[in-house]
This record gives sequence, structure tokens and C-alpha cells, in this order.
Amino acid sequence: MRPDDPTDEHWVDPEIIRPYVVTRGRTQPAHGKFDLISMAVAVGPPPGPDAGLDPEHHRILQLCREPKSVAEIAAHLDLPAGTIRVLLGDLFDRELVSAQEPQSEVDMHDMKMYRAVLDGLRSL
Amino acid sequence: MVFARSERPRLPTAIKILVAGGFGAGKTTLVGAVSETRPLRTEEVLTDRGIGVDDLTSVEAKRTTTVAMDFGRITLGTDYVLYLFGTPGQERFWFVWDELAEGALGAVILADTRRLADCFPSVDYFERRGTPFVVAVNCFEGATTFELDEVRMALQLDPSIPIVLCDARRRDSSREVLITLVKHSARLRAEPVGS
Repeated sequence: MRPDDPTDEHWVDPEIIRPYVVTRGRTQPAHGKFDLISMAVAVGPPPGPDAGLDPEHHRILQLCREPKSVAEIAAHLDLPAGTIRVLLGDLFDRELVSAQEPQSEVDMHDMKMYRAVLDGLRSL
Repeated sequence: MVFARSERPRLPTAIKILVAGGFGAGKTTLVGAVSETRPLRTEEVLTDRGIGVDDLTSVEAKRTTTVAMDFGRITLGTDYVLYLFGTPGQERFWFVWDELAEGALGAVILADTRRLADCFPSVDYFERRGTPFVVAVNCFEGATTFELDEVRMALQLDPSIPIVLCDARRRDSSREVLITLVKHSARLRAEPVGS
């Protein structure tokens, strides 16, 4: 098996390569630090096709018409969470999404939160 | 004025609960039973923080691994969204839990009485980390019915830690497990919220 053989298609796994192509090799978002449950929502009118965004950016904006977490976006786009973080950072930079930073995570001593969660679970 | 920038959609607060337990204990089943959609799967690259949680100096000991997690979502009104994450069952991934457990409301440890030892690492881990947890004994069909006290003894659980029977396939049963956890977590971290 020669590595330069164009018929040998198995020398790289496209499933491994795709996340890096989508982010152009970037592994960290330009701005924002999102964890798995950081929520994002699209803001403003959807950008047109000439906005210089990749198809994945547009798909994220479409998904985030309603608030979605990094984990959900990753699952729906079938990309690793790390890739979604980079793409979300791009959209955050361009003020196309509003996003939660992990620092704003829930206060575990907040009584109101526990009540809301219990009420919500009971009404399931 | 067409677009009021100040009127951006308000983001709900996301809350995380972990569902741990041995391989095949019913983690994804429980997640699916209470979630508003079928369980989703995501992959995350997680980093080991070094040998021992407190030892932040051992940078060279860091490892990363890609872990697949099944998760579900429960929307709680307009202010909160609850995410349930099924943690990796294999013991070799225990070191990545730290990143997952960060900021979690608590954890459900699913125990399978046929393989009770499988949940030892989870009990051990959440005890050491101080994450509130409850143990839910998943009653599989045909499984030997252990007395909850026996399970408590076998796991050497502190009397304050709730242990309940459940059928992870059933929505009402899984919901009760979550309610038990939220109450327990509230007791530990805030004032009592009533029954």
C-alpha cells in the first residue's frame, strides 16, 4: 500500500478530518468559553449567503432560533462539541448569537432554582 | 426602529444532572424515559486534571480522551432547562468525570443488583468530590430483589444518602428518582424546600 496512491482512500478517515476542516484547523474559539450546557440563541435577522459564513454557521443559527446548548448543537450537526465551540465563538464575535458563559452557571444555593426544578419535574 | 437590540431573547439557565452507573445499568434508558426527545449523543474531548483532584501541579500527567455521552433535555418553564448526561460507564474513563461534574446539581447512580460492584467507582467518586448523589436500584425483570438496606450496606452508603428502587424504563419512576435527587441536593446546599 503506497501512501501516494490516489486509489487508496483509507489513509485518512474523513470522520476525523471533518471537524478540523470545518474550523479551518482551529481548536479554540476566538471568544467565549462554552461548556457542554452553555446556551446559545440566534439574535437579529438571519445573515444572507454573502455574509462570509460557512454552511455549519448557518445551520447553527437555524437551530438556535430557540435556545440550544452546545451539546444539543453538536448532536444535531454530528460534530464534536469542541468544533461547535469554535463556530459559536465566530457567531458570538459577529453578534449573531447571544450566549451564556459558563461563569454565569447556576447558583447551587439558589432556593428559587430548586423550587422551579421540583415544580417542573412534578408537572412532567 | 426595526430591531430592538436590547430585547434579545432571554436565555434560560441550564442545569446539569449526571446519570452514572456501570455498563448496562440503564443510564441511557433513564435519560430517555424522562427527556422530551429521544436521547442525543455528543462527543467531548475531556482532559485529566492530573493524578488526584487537588494536585494541580502535575501538568505533565494530563491526558485527554474523547468520550461519547448520551444526554436528554427537559425544559422547565421559560427560566430553566435541565440536561441529563449519561456518564461513560467504563471505569477507565473515571478521570474525565471531574470536568462533567463541575457545576452539576447532582448525580443519580444507577445500580444493577446483578452487578452491584459496577457502581462502586461512581459512589466513591461522587463521595470524594462532594457532589450530591442518590442511588437508584434499577429493578430489571427477573433480577433478584435486594432489600434496599442490603444494597446500602454493600455500598457502605452514609445513612443520609437516599436510596430508592426504580424502573428506568418508566417515566414516572425515573421522574421520582430525579425529584429525590433535587430534594437531597437542596437539603445539602440550601434550606429545605418542603416535600
